[in-house]
Amino acid sequence: MTTTLAGKEVNVNAEGYMTDLNQWTKEIALEIAQQEEVTLNEKSWQVITWIQEQFKNEDALTIRKVGKSGVTDIKEFYELFPNGPLKKASKIAGIPKPVSCI
Amino acid sequence: MKRLVILGAGTAGTMMANLMVKKLPKHEWELVIVDQNRTHYYQPGFLFLPFDIYQPEDVIKPINDFLPKRVKRIVAGIDRVEPKSNQVLLENGELITYDLLVIATGCNIAPEEVNGMMSDKWYKEVFDFYTYDGACALRKKLQTWEGGKLVIHITEMPIKCPVAPLEFAFLADAFFTEKGMRDKVDITFVTPLSGAFTKPVASKQLTYLLKEKNIKIVADFAIERVDSDNRKIHDYGGQEVDYDLLVTVPTNMGDPMVARSGFGNDLNYVPTDKCTLQSKVADNIFVIGDATDLPASKAGAVAHFEAEVMVENMMHFIEGKPMRFEFDGHSNCFIETGHGKALLIDFNYTHEPVEGSFPLGGFGPLKLLKETRMNHMGKLAFRWVYWNMLLKGVPIPFVPATMSHAGKDFSAIECD
Repeated sequence: MTTTLAGKEVNVNAEGYMTDLNQWTKEIALEIAQQEEVTLNEKSWQVITWIQEQFKNEDALTIRKVGKSGVTDIKEFYELFPNGPLKKASKIAGIPKPVSCI
Repeated sequence: MKRLVILGAGTAGTMMANLMVKKLPKHEWELVIVDQNRTHYYQPGFLFLPFDIYQPEDVIKPINDFLPKRVKRIVAGIDRVEPKSNQVLLENGELITYDLLVIATGCNIAPEEVNGMMSDKWYKEVFDFYTYDGACALRKKLQTWEGGKLVIHITEMPIKCPVAPLEFAFLADAFFTEKGMRDKVDITFVTPLSGAFTKPVASKQLTYLLKEKNIKIVADFAIERVDSDNRKIHDYGGQEVDYDLLVTVPTNMGDPMVARSGFGNDLNYVPTDKCTLQSKVADNIFVIGDATDLPASKAGAVAHFEAEVMVENMMHFIEGKPMRFEFDGHSNCFIETGHGKALLIDFNYTHEPVEGSFPLGGFGPLKLLKETRMNHMGKLAFRWVYWNMLLKGVPIPFVPATMSHAGKDFSAIECD
């Protein structure tokens, strides 16, 4: 399915996660962040870039990994993306939600 | 004489030994398998041990019973692989050179990764069931436990057999119901993911199970520490959950041998090409099963499907031909839901589990994503298949390495 974000038509799944990272732009990220009630600062953008790199390398994303990323620590990650930081940061970064097999 | 060395004689390593013996000519190739253990564990059976559905003797057999005579067996710990010199250093100081190497060293629990998980309460109030010792200790505990708050907890992904914790919750509900003490047990499932079910179709089809069985869910819980004195687990976001009995799935990590070899990722998994299963470390090293860093499930079924693809690729590699057999991430598994019923799911890298019939599209006899008695019989029958067919590399009828789309209902999801 598709939806309109920042004036562009983009592919998303039923939960609103983007399914094509190529369509992602900073403007789209800002709009998703607003929906999720997250304010982005300079650090948030660094984390988003790092998350996108992990996705491109097909590395599974975990809280522990974010903590060891060198970009941020876990405490700060929770401050940047309150209430389910991995889920929210993934959505804003335009990558799929971390999932299990069912 | 050339030499194929297989590291690890678990599910994946044993299958590879049996398959490669048939492919590699006797006068050209020597096969060696290294594992420090003498016992082969039927790991899917660990789930049933705590609930007295299986007995300890149902899940253990000697490793040697499943290895062909031609394969040279070395019982020793592995210190490291040295890819540049094509050799493996054993813990006893011995060196083995190889022409071709298969890494099948699996993964194991690492409870020491979470603060407070390993304490004097380990195997008294805090248990795992992913090891033989843990499952047996929990079995003993459940025989006399009088009830209270049972918390089933996943530390972080990826874990071996991702549905096992949920199955544990379902079986616990059935176990305490049958014991006539379900009203004394409060069951909570704590996960770092967004819910017990994370894929849209499965979530829609299966969420009723949790309600029906009165299992509470605490989601998005990234554990920071276990407070074993006060019986609480805390997460980084400030959530806390009380327990009387904590059944946790600790962080899963690849073998420390991988870290010593210097080529693992942060969880000691070996960087592996997700289609060919060749390692990214060296061309003559292949990786199979739980030891890989693939975005596929860590499960015996996956290792089985990988083995079929890998054998062909290794033969092409030996002959100097390009590899053309591609693994698609195919996996399937039975999910026990308790009271003699089970679900079955079938999926791969790109397709999530959907409804339908299996293994023969339109016919079955097994139903996908539906609770049936037949699926439960399938799960129990699988133990026989495992010992007698799977480990020995005997093809399982109607179940190909890559996923079949026949007889499945993909209408509920969008395919790309």
